[in-house]
Amino acid sequence: MGSSRSSLRRVPDGQQLLQETGFSAAVLLRLHQRFQFLDKDSRGHLRSEDLEAELSENPMGDRIVGAFFQPGQETVDFPSFVRVLAHFRPTEKNRTRGGEQPEPANSRNRKLKFAFQLYDRDRDGKISRTELLQQVLREMLGLQVTEEQLQSIAERAIQEADLDRDHAICFDEFRKSLEKVNIDHKMSVRFLE
Amino acid sequence: MMMRMMILVLLLCCISSAAPEETHDEHGGGHNITGIPIVTFKWHHVKPPYTVALWVLVCFLCKLLIEANHNVTNYIPESALLICFGFILGGMIWGADQVQTFKLTPTTFFFYLLPQIILDTGYSMPNKLFFTNLGAILVHAVIGTCWNAATLGLSLWGCHQAGAMGNIEIGLLQYLLYGSLMAAVDPVAVIAVFEQVHVNEVLFILVFGESLLNDGVTVVLFNVFDAFVSLGGGAIDAKEIVKGIVSFFVVAFGGSLLGTVFGLLVSLLSRCTKNIQIIEPGFIFVLGYLAYLTAEMLSLSSILSIVFCGVCCQKYMNANMDENSIQTVRYAMKVFANGSETIIFVFLGISAIDKTIWVWNTGFILLTLFFILIYRFIGVFILSWILNRTRLVPVTFVEQIIMGYGGLRGAVAYGLAVNLNETNIKEKNLMVCTTLIVVYFTVILQGVTMKPLVQWLNVKRATTTELTLVEKVQNKVFEHMLVGIEDISGQIGDNYWRNKWRNFEEKWMSRVLLKPSARKNQDRLFNVFHQLNLQDAMEYVKEGERRGSLDFIRNESAFVDFKKKLEEDYEEAMPDIMADMADDQNGASVMRRDPVPSISLEMHEQNMRGLREAEVINSHHLLDQHLYKGRKQHRYRFSRSHLDINQDENEVQEIFQRTMRSRLESFKSGKMGVAPPKTITKHTKREPQPKMPNGRNKNYHSGDEDFEFSEGDSASGYDTSFPMRVGYRAGAGIENPAFMPDLDPSSPLHIPPWLADAGLEVNQVAPSERAQMRTPGHLHRLASLRSRARSGETDQDLPPPPHRDDDHL
Repeated sequence: MGSSRSSLRRVPDGQQLLQETGFSAAVLLRLHQRFQFLDKDSRGHLRSEDLEAELSENPMGDRIVGAFFQPGQETVDFPSFVRVLAHFRPTEKNRTRGGEQPEPANSRNRKLKFAFQLYDRDRDGKISRTELLQQVLREMLGLQVTEEQLQSIAERAIQEADLDRDHAICFDEFRKSLEKVNIDHKMSVRFLE
Repeated sequence: MMMRMMILVLLLCCISSAAPEETHDEHGGGHNITGIPIVTFKWHHVKPPYTVALWVLVCFLCKLLIEANHNVTNYIPESALLICFGFILGGMIWGADQVQTFKLTPTTFFFYLLPQIILDTGYSMPNKLFFTNLGAILVHAVIGTCWNAATLGLSLWGCHQAGAMGNIEIGLLQYLLYGSLMAAVDPVAVIAVFEQVHVNEVLFILVFGESLLNDGVTVVLFNVFDAFVSLGGGAIDAKEIVKGIVSFFVVAFGGSLLGTVFGLLVSLLSRCTKNIQIIEPGFIFVLGYLAYLTAEMLSLSSILSIVFCGVCCQKYMNANMDENSIQTVRYAMKVFANGSETIIFVFLGISAIDKTIWVWNTGFILLTLFFILIYRFIGVFILSWILNRTRLVPVTFVEQIIMGYGGLRGAVAYGLAVNLNETNIKEKNLMVCTTLIVVYFTVILQGVTMKPLVQWLNVKRATTTELTLVEKVQNKVFEHMLVGIEDISGQIGDNYWRNKWRNFEEKWMSRVLLKPSARKNQDRLFNVFHQLNLQDAMEYVKEGERRGSLDFIRNESAFVDFKKKLEEDYEEAMPDIMADMADDQNGASVMRRDPVPSISLEMHEQNMRGLREAEVINSHHLLDQHLYKGRKQHRYRFSRSHLDINQDENEVQEIFQRTMRSRLESFKSGKMGVAPPKTITKHTKREPQPKMPNGRNKNYHSGDEDFEFSEGDSASGYDTSFPMRVGYRAGAGIENPAFMPDLDPSSPLHIPPWLADAGLEVNQVAPSERAQMRTPGHLHRLASLRSRARSGETDQDLPPPPHRDDDHL
């Protein structure tokens, strides 16, 4: 792909996205092609059905899909698509940022925020027990676990992380509870070109 | 003590060295006997096994001496000390005999000493970590070793041509042969040195995996060059080189495949050995050894074979076998592996004392040492640079230094050197000597300096904390998330393959290789429940204490013992270096069960500030150590010498009974809660009985019955016996201060779950299946306790709880 720069013009907001997300031009191009592939009716944006088709077996499928859409929106266009995927770029350790530069999408903080939003569907800034319980745990554990056990797990999990005793996990508590986890590793995907 | 030991060792050496001098002429058939001998000294009769046994004893005694003082082993790795002991022993024998009567022969080494070490490494290999990094490991093993061999051989030859080595007769091919035998990083040495250093898991697995997998390359290179040397330089043409390359693939993949087949065979066997549990442990040893020998027979890579045998069979063996067998296997493996390692290092030392191999050539030896180091570092840096471009988490520069420095050579190189053909290779003694010197240099010098280097460079060390529930759940979420993102972005990445493999494995392999009962228990989040129950129990204990009902636990005599035991247990409970990996087990693995996370324990500890701290913490530690350990848990520490196991089963029982008793009492009193409040202030054993009106009896017993069911109904059964939870709403007329939800808003104690949301949905903490299984027994005891308490008997007279068949848990 020698002339990826020129092909980039076909991508909406190409240059800006390059800068914002840190993807290389080749990767961006491929993601654009993927976007067009998913967008079967060539509408220029994706609906949740298009994405869900790929994730039929995944217990977290609909949540992941939901994370692409801003609250209230039904469609996602290419820039938003790429911005979400940018969270999963592997972190570079040796980036030095100036003070005024916005935090890159794949920083640890942003990754954690993304994960947090997976749980916190109603975007109220807290993971309540019902959110954790009903949605995440049940989806993941499925039939192996009884209802009470699920509730107990949820309760325990919240208790572990809940430092201010409000029976919900806010973002700071969430981040603190995952201090020791290597987020860079666990939330990164190698994007191929 | 030490002096006595030394004298003993000396004596043994003298005996063994003096033995060959004996000239006994008695045989069984008797000649020239004049009468019936009452006792005869039949040395020759027993000589071979006797010598072997004696030497094994001597080596073990050396190890005893070394480990007598931990101060020394903190600085100098055991392997180095063992080699030094070997020198001393060799010297003694030399003094007695003037000739080397004992040395490490390749046959002994390759057939009797090495297999068990490698089997142990394969069996305790952290699979997930290994396969995740397999790409990097293979690159280092294959390309790195070839690079080492080629550069060493060529450089030495270059220096020879330049005249740096004087007059020795070694041609290019022989240099290359020598390079190939010196190239390989030795697994025994790596374990011996890295064991005490505790670097982080990824670094360790990279070095260690490389040392295991490079055997494939070493074998091929050695054989190929050996053949070339025998054939002479003229026979080399393109065809032979191609054959060499092809043989690499055959040897490596063939060996691995053979090992896998044997591994699956063992797993299959373990499925059927229910009736011969007593010799169940034996199968893995026999079949592992057969895997090794079969590969040797077919001239495939035997180390690869036995490694993969161990790697494949781990999971299934641990799931299928009986508890005792699992423990036996682990222990026996460690004993054999450790023992072999000891013997190897001692003999490496002894082998040095042999005049025939004392051929000194300054140039050769020094240049070899120099080139080995240099090229190792260069190779590691180049390969890491290439690999880092494709790795998610790059290997840092500091880690690369450690990887380079950790390229230790060991007994494998020596064994190969001694195997050299003397007729073809005139300078064999020089090569053997150099090999030994290199081995000593790496094991002793690099071994001693490894730890300070790691500390100085501030290398990331192994994680020592267990994961919390949140982290475990989160890890699962991440896994799914990554697979999803990969699907959306339309690429086939690691996660995709991992998922596919997991599904395949669950569907097909587990069905064939696991016992049906074991399959049912491959519960994904069993760990989660385990923790849950543990925390459950801790809550109850705390609650019971608050209400003053745990008098029997605070009974001094029982407590004191546990306290002492706990302190030392807790020190030893250093989690393994693979703690991080355990939760990420591909779906169904129950190989590793994590004990209670110390993190959550700490959180609870913080909450205890209000209570009698020492006692409470002790009781938590008590539970932590002794309670609810699903299966005997063995941590995957990569250590030869430490194996942490569960404590005495009886203690588990006893503590469990106590806590269950307190738990049930609190529940019972809860049920009675609607009755006049003043009767519930103090919670003593006697309390429940008078308050138990007949009408309630039924309730209680129905609760009783509810406990006696099969697992399926457990939760619902428990449900109906908990009406009291609702009854504990604030203002419901219950005065018990301990149970007042709004008792002490500023209290650092956090309110137990059943009080957390008065008014919200009933927030029950369901006991684990295991707990529910056990409670029937205790309920019976409690019932009889009640009746007996009236008549003043103590609970010591109660019959022991019914033995539960736990094997399906």
